[in-house]
Amino acid sequence: MDLAVHFRAAVALAGRFPALSGADLDVAAGEIVAVLGPNGAGKTSLLRACAGLVPVTSGEAVVLGCDLRSERTAVRRRVGLLGHDPSLYDELTALENVRFAVRAAGGATTRVGTALERLGLTGRLPRTPVMRMSAGQRRRTALAVLVARAPELWLLDEPHAGLDADARGIVGSLLEEAACAGAAVVLTSHEPDLAEPLADRVALMSGGRIAQVRAGGRHRPPAEPVLVALAEETADVA
Amino acid sequence: MWRDALLVAGKDVRIELRSRVALWQVLPFAVLVLVLFGFALGPGPSALRVAAPGLYWLAVLFTTVLATQRSMAIESGEGTRDGLRLSGIDPAGVFLGKVAAVALQLVAVQVVLGAGIVVLFDVHVATWWLALVASLLATVGLSAAGVLYGALSAGLRVRETLLPLLVLPIVAPVLIAGSRAWSAALSGAVASGASWLKILGPFAAVYLAVGVALYGPLQETA
Repeated sequence: MDLAVHFRAAVALAGRFPALSGADLDVAAGEIVAVLGPNGAGKTSLLRACAGLVPVTSGEAVVLGCDLRSERTAVRRRVGLLGHDPSLYDELTALENVRFAVRAAGGATTRVGTALERLGLTGRLPRTPVMRMSAGQRRRTALAVLVARAPELWLLDEPHAGLDADARGIVGSLLEEAACAGAAVVLTSHEPDLAEPLADRVALMSGGRIAQVRAGGRHRPPAEPVLVALAEETADVA
Repeated sequence: MWRDALLVAGKDVRIELRSRVALWQVLPFAVLVLVLFGFALGPGPSALRVAAPGLYWLAVLFTTVLATQRSMAIESGEGTRDGLRLSGIDPAGVFLGKVAAVALQLVAVQVVLGAGIVVLFDVHVATWWLALVASLLATVGLSAAGVLYGALSAGLRVRETLLPLLVLPIVAPVLIAGSRAWSAALSGAVASGASWLKILGPFAAVYLAVGVALYGPLQETA
């Protein structure tokens, strides 16, 4: 099994404050892991550490075969991060933003149009400056950057935030496609109902550590309607 | 590195053209500085002619601070800063690209200011090549020093007020050498003017080299 992420007792500092305090996490290629937890649990720091943006000061931290303690910058071109604040330039159009990100990563721009279409950015939207877009459209543009770049490791910080039902559905299928293509996906969420069905495994974070890991809903056969009804009746009786 | 520099310069120039901050704020500011200094010196044409090179370069220096602040503001959001770091672009390429974009703006400002001192202060340039070479070297030096110190102060909350304090004393040699070279260009004293180029050239080369070497670590700490 190829591990895209291998963290053992990883400690990371954000400035002077501990961001991760002994986090353990393995994510295999082709796997989707959802990280859940309360505010301040360290979910965002975990993603930023995986991307090489937050230095890991002790423990083991290997991402895509690169040791983050010594080759932090080497891994960055191969990773795609969707943060809270989308990495977009307001004055540029959606098309220009995606094209710049792809060219910067040394990729071919042939996928740019398809990526924008995939996120529902059609018609005049690709040629609209990002500053004139709604929050949801900006989020879609930031996701289109990831789709066009096709990184080996997708890191998504609350990817469903600010998106409508249609876009949330698109996010689900995009992550499934990325994982099927062999990419590893780590996403954080405050909405277990949305994140758990997408994930192979669900990691619960608390105090900068992974407190618990359980199976997610991906590839689990959907429940039979009869069984659901039976379960609801049982719950009512209880 | 050069490919990355072109990419970043193209992006920054496009953003400046769209935002029109350079056109509607930076350029009028530079002209205003020139005109106000002219008012301060009074209407005597000889005093204005003597002071013209110094006033010109002071206006260019103030413009450098504004242009650098704009250049750094483009990457001020956490998302865009992270995006640039994750893009895999060579930090030296980012530095050179930003220097090129700032230098382009300074060239545009200098064309207008040059026309301004010719019209307002009634000066005549005797040795054009000396004025042009001095401007070229000074522009590269000012842009490189501005972007380097802009990156140094980028992560700080007081960056807007700190940047002028860092940049203006550092670029004082450019003010002195640029003014003297231009004075020589106006009077036709080629030999004395050319000697000032020996300050402007190394200044630009040193700041370009230091920026290429240090921009990566500065980008990480910002």
